[in-house]
Amino acid sequence: MTEEKINYIDIVTKGIWRENPVAYQVLGICSSLAVTVKMSTAIVMGIALTVVTACSSMLISSMRKVIPSNIRIIAELAIIASLVIATDQILKAFFYDISKQLSIFVGLIITNCIVMGRAEAFALANKPLDSFFDGIGNGLGYTLILVIVAFMRELLGSGKFFGLTVIPQFVFDAGYQNMGLMVLAPGAFFIIGLLVWLKNSLPGISKEER
Amino acid sequence: MGDLFSLFINSVFIGNILLAYFLGMCSFIAVSKNIDTATGLGFAVIFVLTVTSPVNWVIYHGLLAPGALSWAGFPDLDLSFLTFITFIAVIAAIVQALEMVIDKYLPLLYTTLGVFLPLIAVNCAILGTALFMVERNYTLMESIVFGAGSGTGWMLAIVSMAAIRNKVKYSDVPKGLQGFGITMIIAGLMAMTFMMFSGITL
Repeated sequence: MTEEKINYIDIVTKGIWRENPVAYQVLGICSSLAVTVKMSTAIVMGIALTVVTACSSMLISSMRKVIPSNIRIIAELAIIASLVIATDQILKAFFYDISKQLSIFVGLIITNCIVMGRAEAFALANKPLDSFFDGIGNGLGYTLILVIVAFMRELLGSGKFFGLTVIPQFVFDAGYQNMGLMVLAPGAFFIIGLLVWLKNSLPGISKEER
Repeated sequence: MGDLFSLFINSVFIGNILLAYFLGMCSFIAVSKNIDTATGLGFAVIFVLTVTSPVNWVIYHGLLAPGALSWAGFPDLDLSFLTFITFIAVIAAIVQALEMVIDKYLPLLYTTLGVFLPLIAVNCAILGTALFMVERNYTLMESIVFGAGSGTGWMLAIVSMAAIRNKVKYSDVPKGLQGFGITMIIAGLMAMTFMMFSGITL
């Protein structure tokens, strides 16, 4: 029992840190950038993706012996699309404002490489429960990057944190200005680039030469 | 006519699908190492977008939109929740069909585009364009122009990125920044240049 538990924790942490999908495998950055202007949208998007990845991995894994391998992509897409529709409907019903802000990016979870990538790379070869935790780990890893990027963009771009102004007025009086660039598209590219640099430069986890 | 032209320019430069909305990033990073392959993929994306946008428009407005089924006697039916799954199925089917047609009748084109077509089925830019088209209530003509414009914008971005990366190969990039990191920073600089167009009104 305890051994199994350690195994699950191991699978989850792998996704969050050591094999983080965004930073290491360069997956799923499409949507991770557009929704990171504010913390609230980033967190909702992260949760939505985690749920979809975990459930789709579990479902695909439990059907992995039934799905013929030459039509597996379309079968996976159908499963993922159904889950995304459910997520979108739930968001529209309970978090209407945020779902308006996320606009088409909830729908784009379907083509998010993380979901497909985990289905292909992990769920097709592993047990349903393992795949579920793998999905959670990778989803949380994605959320982590989203939250870091959103934190920097919201703080530097509009001086806010979760919509509350945190930069005190006297700083503005002293001549500080919000960096408009951070709210716009280029800011996200720069932050991701610098984050990857930071991660590759951290001692102990650097990858082999490319 | 002028409206359509400005919509085209708008979707190529100002609202560039890649640099302003971050769609199609995965293949943008993966395939921008070589100018020839980038050009091939770019043409394939233009092609697929121009074909899928009007087809998705017809399907959405003829079957899925609220009240669209009134011609069949179901005026109250709202199938718009099926949008995602229909669009992705339509895109996958069209890509598959195109691949077969090109393979059969245009073997020369197939050798250049063929390898990229399956990649495109899961490219966020294609689905994203279809969803934007619904969200912004475009007409049929507008959706064709928007599809072609988005494709052109995407191709412009990936080809210039491939060209820049060719040059960067000879530069002395800091170790941790090599590969993905520097690509993102270049993309950021490109996005800044494209923002220069945003003041233009046509």
